[in-house]
Amino acid sequence: MELTGAEIVVQSLIEEGVEHLFGYPGGAVLHIYDAIHQQEQLQHILVRHEQAATHAADGYARSTGKPGVVLVTSGPGATNAVTGIATAYMDSIPMVVLTGQVPRPLIGNDAFQEVDSVGITRPVVKHNFLVEDVKDLATIIKKAFYVATTGRPGPVVVDIPKDITAHKTEFSYPRDIKIRSYHPTTKGHSGQIKKAYELILEAKKPMIYTGGGVILSNASEELIKFTKLLGAPITNTLMGLGAYPANDKQFVGMLGMHGTYEANMAMHNSDVLIAIGARFDDRVTGNLEKFCPDARIVHVDIDPASISKNVTVDVPIVGDVKGVVIELNKLIEASDQRLEAAALSTWWQQIEEWRAQDCLKFNRDTGTIKPQFVVEQLHAVTEGNAFVTSDVGQHQMFAAQYYGFNKPRRWINSGGLGTMGFGLPAAIGVQIAHPGEQVACITGEGSIQMCIQELSTCLQYSTPVKIINLNNGFLGMVRQWQEFFYDRRYASSYVDALPDFVALAEAYGHIGIRIEKPEDVRQAIEDAFGKYKDRTVFLDFIIDKEENVYPMIPAGAGLNEMILV
Amino acid sequence: MNKHIISLLLENESGALSRVAGLFSARAYNIESLSVAPTDDATLSRMTIVTSGTDQIVEQIQKQLNKLVDVVKLVDLTESEHIARELMLAKVEAIGDARDEVKRLVDIFNGKVVDVTDTTYTVEITDTREKLDSFITSLSSIKIHEVVRSGAIGISSGENILAV
Repeated sequence: MELTGAEIVVQSLIEEGVEHLFGYPGGAVLHIYDAIHQQEQLQHILVRHEQAATHAADGYARSTGKPGVVLVTSGPGATNAVTGIATAYMDSIPMVVLTGQVPRPLIGNDAFQEVDSVGITRPVVKHNFLVEDVKDLATIIKKAFYVATTGRPGPVVVDIPKDITAHKTEFSYPRDIKIRSYHPTTKGHSGQIKKAYELILEAKKPMIYTGGGVILSNASEELIKFTKLLGAPITNTLMGLGAYPANDKQFVGMLGMHGTYEANMAMHNSDVLIAIGARFDDRVTGNLEKFCPDARIVHVDIDPASISKNVTVDVPIVGDVKGVVIELNKLIEASDQRLEAAALSTWWQQIEEWRAQDCLKFNRDTGTIKPQFVVEQLHAVTEGNAFVTSDVGQHQMFAAQYYGFNKPRRWINSGGLGTMGFGLPAAIGVQIAHPGEQVACITGEGSIQMCIQELSTCLQYSTPVKIINLNNGFLGMVRQWQEFFYDRRYASSYVDALPDFVALAEAYGHIGIRIEKPEDVRQAIEDAFGKYKDRTVFLDFIIDKEENVYPMIPAGAGLNEMILV
Repeated sequence: MNKHIISLLLENESGALSRVAGLFSARAYNIESLSVAPTDDATLSRMTIVTSGTDQIVEQIQKQLNKLVDVVKLVDLTESEHIARELMLAKVEAIGDARDEVKRLVDIFNGKVVDVTDTTYTVEITDTREKLDSFITSLSSIKIHEVVRSGAIGISSGENILAV
C-alpha cells in the first residue's frame, strides 16, 4: 500500500512498539501531526517547550529502558531540543528525535525556520540522518532505533524535510537491519574475563565501582550476585545509584565529589578496583594523578573508547555489562576459591572505621528545615519506592545522598551534562510511562524555573507528579562554591524576586503548599502522596538558606582529601 | 608526540566528512592534513588523516573514529610498512637566471613543469611530505607565489589490504 511520508513516520513508530511520543507541532511537521491525529495507537504528549519534550522522553527512557521518542519542528523546534539531546547523549540514553526540516528545494536558502539540524546536533548525537528520499524513510527510522538502542545507547536524530512527508511510496517496514559500519561488541572476551577473575581473587582490598552502564544493561541482579559472591564493598556513581540496593551492608554509598567518606577512602586505598559500566568521570576520580594509587584495575564497558580514556586500566573488557558479569559469576561459582578471608575481614574493619565517621550527619536542631531532612522524609513516606527525578545543584546531591535507592531506574537525573530544567519534564515522562507509581521531582527554586511551563503539561495529561522544591533563595551549589572559593562574594547566586510558587502552582491548576517549619514537613509529604494522590502537588519547602553539601572533594584534590562537615 | 597516518574507509555520504572533522575539533585532536575522495567502490570514500599525539591520545583518536557510524574500517598505517605520498603544485617566479635554476631543481626532485608563462613556472611534484618540504627549502632565493599541497595519502606495503 502506498503511504505518505507522514503516514510512514507514524506507521514506523507503531512498528517499533512506540506508545508515546513527546513533541510540539510547527510548520514543517504539520503533515506528521495530521497523520498522528488520524490514528489512536500512538499517543502524542504535547509539552510547552521543545527542551521539555526531549527531557520527558529521556525520563520515559531511563525509567523503562525503552527508547524515548520526540517530534519537533524545524528551526527553533530543533534548536530548543538540543539541550535535551545533549543531556541524553552524555548519559547514554536511547532516544529517537524526529525533527522537521524545510522542504528540500528550500534547504540552504535561509528559509523561514531553517537551521542545519544535522550539523547542529552532530556533536551531541550517536548518529543522525537527513532523509533525502521518501523511499529511504522507513529504513532510516529502523536504523535510528537500532543505533539508538544497541551498543552504548544514545540519541539519534532523523531530520525530515516537509516535502518528503507529503510524498507517497510503498510502505513495508524492514524486519532486520544491518549496517556494515556498525557492529558494537557486546560479548566480552572470555580470555579477558578469565584474567579479570584471576586478578580479582588476588585482592586483599577489593573495591567494586559501578555506574550507569549497569542500569542501561539491566544487570542489577547479576551485580548483586557478583557482589555477594565476593563479599567486597561496592560504591555506585551518581548515574549508577539503585543498581545495588542502598540499604545493603556492602554498599558504602555514592563516590566522587560529594560521595561518602567511606566510598572515597575505600576507592583510594583499594588494591584491586573492579569498574563496571562506569567511565572514570572527573567528578568521580578527582585529581587523576592521585587516583587509586595502589589499585590494579579491571574495567568492563561496552564502549572501547571509555576504556583507558582517563585512567589506564590493567584488564580491559569490552562488552555488555550483563553478559560479562554473568560470566564472572559462573567462574566464581565453579571454583572453591574466594577472596582471602582474613584480608577481607581486615579491609572491612578499616571500612567500618571510615563509615563510623558518619559523614552524612547534619545538624537537626537548627529550627530550620534541612534539605537532607526533607529527602529523608520523602524516602520514609514513599518507602523508598518512588521514582525520583532531579534537577541540578545542591538538591540533586542531597537527593542522591539521602534518598537511598534500592532499585534500578528509580533515580532519574542529568549526571553528565548537568542540565537544570531536566527534573520536571523528566518526571512527566516517568509518570506517563508508569501511571500508577509515585513520582517525585526534587528540585530547587533556580532549576524549577528553567522548565516551569511544564506545569501546564501536568494539568493536560493529569500527571500527579510531586514537586519537592528545596527553596533556599539561592542558586545553592553556585553559592556554596562562592562561599568556599570566592570569599563569600555571592555574584548572581541570589535569586531575587522569586515568584509565589504556591500561587503559581494554583494558577496552573495544581495544589501548592508552602512549608516553613520542620514539624510540618512530614505531613505535607503525606498529604501530597495521600490526600492529593491524584493531583500535581507543588511543595515549596523554605529551607535553611546556607546549608552546604558535604562531604566535598575540592577541585584538584584526591579522593582521600575530602572536606568533611 | 609521534606522527601517525590514519587511513579510513567511510560511507560516501553527505556529512561523513564533517563527522570526522568535527570529532577532531570537538576533542581538540591535532590534524595536520586530511585528504578524502571516493574509491573504486562508489559507496565508499577513502580518507587519510595525518595526526600527532601521545600514544594514549592516538589510541583515543582511533577508538573515537571507530565509534562514528559512518566509519567502516580504520588502519594506522604508521604501525607497519607503508607508502605515503603527497602532491604539490607550486607557482614560482621564473625570470632570468631563476628559469634555469627552477628547472634544474625540478629535475632533481623528479617533478614536472606543468605550466609556463614569461615570468612563472608552475611545478608539480609528488613525493613524501619531507621531500616536498626540502624542495621548498631548496628554492631558497627564488620567489614562491603559491603552494598547494594535497596532504598525504597512504597505503600499506605488501599484501595488507584495507577493504570491506
